[in-house]
Amino acid sequence: MHDETEPDDRPAPAEELGAAPVTPADAADAARLVSFGLHPKLIPARDAEYTELLRRHRDEPAFARLADAVATGLGLVVLEVSTRAGMALAADEESVFAVRMGDYARRANSDSADRFLHGLAHLAVAAMAFPRPEDLADDGYIGRITVNGVDSFVRQACRKLEEQAEQEGENTDPATDAPGLEAAWRVYARRSATGATKDSRRLAGSTTGIIAKAVGFLVDSGFLQRTGDDAGGTYRTTARYQLQVRDMAGSAAMAELLELGVVPVSDGTPSLLPPREGEDLDLVAEAGLPFHR
Amino acid sequence: MPFRSVSVAAPNLSVVSERPFPTLPNPAPGPAADEGLARRLRALACTAPLHDLDVRKANLAGEFGGYAMAELALSAIDLVTLQMDFDTGADHEQVVARLLARVAAQAPGRAQEEHERVARWVVENLVNVGSVDRGFRAVYGTFDPDGSYVRRDYDFKLIEEVPGPGGGVYLRTTDEAVNVLVGALDTDVTSAQIAAEVKLEVLVNRGRLADAQLAAEQARYRTVQYAEALRRTLDATRRNVRAVDWLHTVPDMITEALDHVADRYRHENAILTNIRRARDEAAADRGPTHKRQAAELVDIVKDCIRRHTQLQSRLLEAGPLFRAEQDRQAFAPPPARAGTDVYGQLLAPVLPLPLEQAHRVTDAFFARGAGLRTPECVRLGDLVDLLLTPPAPREHLGAEMPEPDLVATPDDSRFSEEQLEAAQDLLDLPADAPRRLSGLLAQARSRDPELPYLVALLAVHAASPPVGTAHRQGERRVLFAVDDGTELEDAEFGGADLIIGSALLDAAAEPAASP
Repeated sequence: MHDETEPDDRPAPAEELGAAPVTPADAADAARLVSFGLHPKLIPARDAEYTELLRRHRDEPAFARLADAVATGLGLVVLEVSTRAGMALAADEESVFAVRMGDYARRANSDSADRFLHGLAHLAVAAMAFPRPEDLADDGYIGRITVNGVDSFVRQACRKLEEQAEQEGENTDPATDAPGLEAAWRVYARRSATGATKDSRRLAGSTTGIIAKAVGFLVDSGFLQRTGDDAGGTYRTTARYQLQVRDMAGSAAMAELLELGVVPVSDGTPSLLPPREGEDLDLVAEAGLPFHR
Repeated sequence: MPFRSVSVAAPNLSVVSERPFPTLPNPAPGPAADEGLARRLRALACTAPLHDLDVRKANLAGEFGGYAMAELALSAIDLVTLQMDFDTGADHEQVVARLLARVAAQAPGRAQEEHERVARWVVENLVNVGSVDRGFRAVYGTFDPDGSYVRRDYDFKLIEEVPGPGGGVYLRTTDEAVNVLVGALDTDVTSAQIAAEVKLEVLVNRGRLADAQLAAEQARYRTVQYAEALRRTLDATRRNVRAVDWLHTVPDMITEALDHVADRYRHENAILTNIRRARDEAAADRGPTHKRQAAELVDIVKDCIRRHTQLQSRLLEAGPLFRAEQDRQAFAPPPARAGTDVYGQLLAPVLPLPLEQAHRVTDAFFARGAGLRTPECVRLGDLVDLLLTPPAPREHLGAEMPEPDLVATPDDSRFSEEQLEAAQDLLDLPADAPRRLSGLLAQARSRDPELPYLVALLAVHAASPPVGTAHRQGERRVLFAVDDGTELEDAEFGGADLIIGSALLDAAAEPAASP
């Protein structure tokens, strides 16, 4: 099922194909498969031609290499080729297919708080969709999220940090002339969760508005499927989303964190844990979810 | 710009801490000494938006000097706090509608539209609709441990908008607002509630009802606060079952909360009985004001009990929910390999970082995690076709409505319409000439043997006339009956020979003034 190919360790297609030389028809088919992969919402099982090309990719190594080469040439990374996910492609940073933050949200260009919130929304959706490490690793896992759920999840984490800061007697109010030094959680906590608008749409600048935008975008990317309207909209994850978070986004963000000198270590056990024996669980006002790290 | 003006006003706050600067030999009193000052400055800042409203009303187009905006704002916060239920918050329109009574009372001569405009303006400014955060910011200064003077931003909200279950937006008062309103800062919810109730009980026993009412209202704020705290806790646990110790902690927590509810319930019922007695006794010796206060107090305590009952049903639902979630997650297959812990390794470490570093991580996640987009190429031919295609006609009418099958219900009223008219005609007394019930009964009997019963019924109703309702509905007069101790001598009826008359209502008086 898995056929992950690194572009670097692949020999040139011409010498590899050897016995059966590549015909223009093969190249056309390979390109066709890649073009199917570029329609992320297309489900392989519903398209006979797509299914047939996926079978060829699995059974004919020469064709598989050709298709991967086409994808690489277009600036795409092949995450997986399988009947469940289809041809799962991710865009290289320089590729024409890549999404830039500035195109995604106009305010994000001028306002670093907005830029952060939009990025955080995507990270929070992933965290909520795959709460345990094994959820991300288990191919059969389907995550379920709601827009309001993601918002409360992040708010909860922020509240936890606020309490921690309070306990340590730390004044977290940022210095007036250095907004960049404000702790990230504060930016989220002070943004309102929702707001009434004149045309009864969701307030775009509110946190649920920002999360709804992220979720809508992920639906268009074929990463989420809408299942209902409860709690601001309910969604479930697709195989492609799991691949994207696991193989691309997670490691990219991790690398950035390491560069900042933050080293998050995990032994594979979930970080959302029950409290230790005898630990005082202080469930007074504002304590909220007693998750322990 | 409401947001701006708060920030502009704020330097006044920091002047307070700057003043001793030149006189003190050690400019840095240390964080401990400064902390109390910072806390008070923040508390002070919470009131700034209210004062600000009165300052800014001059900028509104029109003459708004007659309105006391800070009073309206406090009243609005009151309304929202009292309407905050377990599930949702207060409805925006309802808050505006209830606020109207007070607005109208402040400027009775003005048009209804202006009243509504003022009410909306106050509520919207408490939400601070104009700013992207929908909150307020105040600047204050503190000394760092190293002695340097730092100006800091304090962000807060008074009324926040939260999503409701039906997709609507509801209003909730924040803790800052409740603290400003109630005045009891930084207190433990549970103990504060007990204190308020004990105080109430003492006050009721001593018969000091005006104070008791204040205490009862405070107890209600506490109740709301407590419910809100538990709602958040339950909400959060529902999202993350595995984060909770289902073996000990959660059952303990639920038992504790149930005990608490039972305790409060018993307590409040005791108070209720007490006040009821106070109310009934008060009627005899202390006059109507006292009676009315006691009646209001009964309503407040009833509301407290209702809220506690609601809380209790929530607590009982929590158990099955945890079990269902536990089942769903405990029987999941073991992991094939370890993946990234998105929360523990990415989200949790990012949140404490300063903004300028955090957004590098989120940017990286976004760039690799948002998916790809195929760039769009538009062909002119397609575009022309697209623009020239007429829109598809939409179906306006829904499915056909079935004809309802109506059955006439038999008229089983005791009295006919004519009899009611005759009785009302009899009771249509001039305002300056009240009559005795005995005379009215005799006159009624001469017209129709059934009529006295109806007249007697209406007379008894008039003994407690619905003045408030009549006033609200704009009626000019209301029927009243008074007992002056005379015995009724009648073949069919016994009791007091009531004096019945009409009272004219003063239309100019404000309905809201009546309780």
